[in-house]
Amino acid sequence: MSFYEILSAIDRQGLDRAFAAFSEGSIGRILDSDAMAEEDFLALLSPAAGNCLEEMAGKAHRLTLQFFGRTIQLYTPLYVSDYCENQCLYCSFNSCNSFKRKKLALNEVDAEGALIAATGLRHILLLTGESKAKSPVSYIRDCVRILNRHFSSVSIEVYPLTEEDYAGMVSGGLDGLTLYQETYDEDVYRSIHPAGPKRDFRFRLDAPERGASARIRQVSIGALLGLADWRKEAFLTGLHAKYLMDRFPDVEIGVSVPRLRPFSGSFQGECRVSDRDLVQIILAFRLFLPRLGISLSTREDPGLRENLMPLGVTRMSAGSVTSVGGRSVDTHESEKLLQFEVADHRSIPEIASRIRQKGYEPVMKDWVPFS
Amino acid sequence: MEDFLEIGGKKLSSRLFVGTGKFPGNAVMRDVLLASGTEVTTVALRRVDPDSAAENILDYVPHACTVMINTSGARNAEEAVRIARLARAGGTGSWIKIEVIADTRYLLPDNLETLKAVEALVKEGFTVFPYMSPDLSVARRMADCGAAAVMPLGSPIGSNRGVKTKELVRILIDEIKIPVIVDAGLGKPSDACECMEMGCEAVLVNTAIAIAENPVETARAFAMAVRAGRLAYASGISGSVETARASSPLTGFLRDNG
Repeated sequence: MSFYEILSAIDRQGLDRAFAAFSEGSIGRILDSDAMAEEDFLALLSPAAGNCLEEMAGKAHRLTLQFFGRTIQLYTPLYVSDYCENQCLYCSFNSCNSFKRKKLALNEVDAEGALIAATGLRHILLLTGESKAKSPVSYIRDCVRILNRHFSSVSIEVYPLTEEDYAGMVSGGLDGLTLYQETYDEDVYRSIHPAGPKRDFRFRLDAPERGASARIRQVSIGALLGLADWRKEAFLTGLHAKYLMDRFPDVEIGVSVPRLRPFSGSFQGECRVSDRDLVQIILAFRLFLPRLGISLSTREDPGLRENLMPLGVTRMSAGSVTSVGGRSVDTHESEKLLQFEVADHRSIPEIASRIRQKGYEPVMKDWVPFS
Repeated sequence: MEDFLEIGGKKLSSRLFVGTGKFPGNAVMRDVLLASGTEVTTVALRRVDPDSAAENILDYVPHACTVMINTSGARNAEEAVRIARLARAGGTGSWIKIEVIADTRYLLPDNLETLKAVEALVKEGFTVFPYMSPDLSVARRMADCGAAAVMPLGSPIGSNRGVKTKELVRILIDEIKIPVIVDAGLGKPSDACECMEMGCEAVLVNTAIAIAENPVETARAFAMAVRAGRLAYASGISGSVETARASSPLTGFLRDNG
């Protein structure tokens, strides 16, 4: 059964009723047990579990230590093009937004890569807007090839591709795929993606599976928190992660927990996700899938990021710039358009040093490309 | 009493091997390696960065330690072989711990692929230490291929559950001619001691030390436990079973009745 079929069979109103039915006593029993069923995961995302965060945090911290130790792997995003054919209501790169768009030439990609690599970081995430005309698969493949000169692990966060295209990128040195579904609610999905190729919910939903089939080593998924009810979004993200883990036991599956951030537009999102809610989501993920990689981006501020480290986070972005060529390429300030505003502006060395102060090792390199 | 472990052409006085993953920092890791007295340490090639001006994990390994590169991240034999070759080309020596894991949920080794990698890497002149599930026939084949030791898991990596595979490890100790080194899952010094009492030639510990509140003291405790267990084994502790039998509580009446 495909994940789309699993998703379609879920009764969303039934989930709301189930969330309301859990008691704090049932959360205690779940935490005392080693086994964790999907229904237990649902319980951990319920309002009742919201009153048991300290107890959940204790166990989540122990599990994180056991499987990941006191380490945080660092990576940084590199935006190579902001041309986009979509109209995502929550994104500055929306094709209706009028600004001077930019795409890095390959020599500029090389220069940005060299600059980032000089910090010691060996993991990079390459991002583009969705424009097959301006940033076609061949361009992304060339970028991956160039970045491989500077990095041990190159991941992409671009529009969904076919399995053949993913396989071609793997043979060109691609290591990881990040692809957020944005929302697992198909109705909300359609309403916030009014035009463009991204309207195809299913093609996007199945993309992580196509990537894993194409032998991409690590695959990260997630929902953009704030677009729809976070309890259901987190639950469905967790089910999606488990579905991928079950089918691809040799692929490292991870999740991200991005919250909607201010951007160049007026969309606010339907559902606010508080810091407390975010903590509950991270804890529930860790308790449900103890070996799951959990990424936290610079969308969150430094103080919160540091507090979230012991609770289950295993990867963090650092030194993020969310505009195209924001590091080495000479772009006039007025021409820079951020995809969204970051909340942690510290440099990579600053973040690394702070992680050490907190008693954790910032891991700059955790892969060896051997092909 | 002099007691050395002769393995891979080296003569070691410490039978505690220590892994370098999950530590809260490279400096602590170095202190641990020194305090434990270990002479063999495993390092994942994926963490090694000779090009980094700031930090390279290998710079923190004491000179007295032999580095055993592990192939963490390999999902099949071919990938393990490639990682081993890269390690040797990078100048990290030829001791390789083969770790082939195609299961990210339990991190259990793939014995068949591991065996293939043993075969290939021994032929290429590596000193090979395969991490494996304790299976007698596979261990025999690894020994026949020329592995320097077999490294059966005590319980899944990082689980700290102790020697759950005890009966199977005991069979390997009894039957396999090369050293048996229990790797993975040892959560307490007493677990390490138990392995050594059984007759393991050495143990490898990582998580239990790396995530302890005080990694350095925990490393010392493991080192003591390994020595105690080895001493007990070498002094014939299992002979106490014979003594118990001599009293023959069940058949003593035969003697009494003449």
